[in-house]
Parts: sequence; structure tokens; C-alpha cells
Amino acid sequence: MTRSVGTLTRADLADTINRKLGFSRAEALDLVEAILRHMCEAMSKGENVKISGFGTFVLREKRERIGRNPKTGVEVPITPRRVMTFRASQLLKERVANG
Amino acid sequence: MIRSELLQALARENPDLRADEVEQVLDTFFDEIGKRLADGGRVELRGFGAFSTRERGARKGRNPRTGEAVDVPEKKVPYFKPGKEMRRVVNDG
Repeated sequence: MTRSVGTLTRADLADTINRKLGFSRAEALDLVEAILRHMCEAMSKGENVKISGFGTFVLREKRERIGRNPKTGVEVPITPRRVMTFRASQLLKERVANG
Repeated sequence: MIRSELLQALARENPDLRADEVEQVLDTFFDEIGKRLADGGRVELRGFGAFSTRERGARKGRNPRTGEAVDVPEKKVPYFKPGKEMRRVVNDG
């Protein structure tokens, strides 16, 4: 059932690309970095990023609201901001649900 | 940006690679993340964000067509938390 597996990192992704596809380690790491950089750049321009079969990174605008400093209890306004959310595709949801 | 645009951006930057090679890299990248999540693991991409899974408890649902009550069993769902750098970038443009 729930196996205890470690955390996957950039290095692990590069490692798989190196082993499976035969790119050098340096090339593989560059490609991993480039994928993340392109997605990040698109989001910084206010674009959503939609990867079919995986999911969509969606930007949402949050209005100003009143928050509270949990330590002191003092009310402070939380400025309007843009946040990034992830909506998994049906396929990814099914893979995760079925283990 | 959609998948094919990401593919094009990568291909432009790597003119020495064939289109199908870039495609395989992209497939492997997202597939490995999905696999790790399906195995109950976690994916941490510093600066970008972290993928993990969360348990959603069993609940009573309804068949939207018939209105019949059905038991929805507990299940795991994918979850993503943007990294510090990403949170900053989407705000400052």
C-alpha cells in the first residue's frame, strides 16, 4: 500500500533523463532547469501553464483581506496579491488515487 | 502557455536536439513526477515548488443525475505548494 519513498529532486529527474534517454548528466540537468525556467517565466508574465496529461498551474488574484498576527493577535491588512495554484489533470488524479 | 509551446521553447534553445528528443525529455520529466506521487512520495523543486499528496477522507456523495446517495471512499489527491521564489515572481512580474 503506502510505501515509504523519498523525495524526488532536480538531480533525480536529471538522473532518469540521463539513464533512460542517454543525455549526459550535465545536459540532463540543464534541460530540467530549462523546463522549470520556461514555466516560471510564463507565470511571471501572468500566463497559466497547461500541461496536458499532468495538470494546469493557475494564477489567481486575491483581494485585500484582514489578517491577524497569530503571535500578537494584532489585525493587519493582507495586501492584494497573485497566487499560483495547481489543478491536477484527471489522469494524474487517477494515478495518485489508485497508487 | 501550453505543453506544445513549452516544447517549442526548449527546441529553440537546443537546436542540436531533434524534436522527438525534446518531446521524450518533457514526457519523462512529467511522468517521473506523476510516478513519485502515485507511489505516495514527494517531489521538491527548490524555487519552483513542491508536489505531494493529501488524504481526503471518505464522504457521502450524491449521484448528480439520480440524486442517489453514494459512499465516496477515502482517497489520495495531488497537492502543490509554490516555492518562495515562485511566490515572489508571480507577484512582482
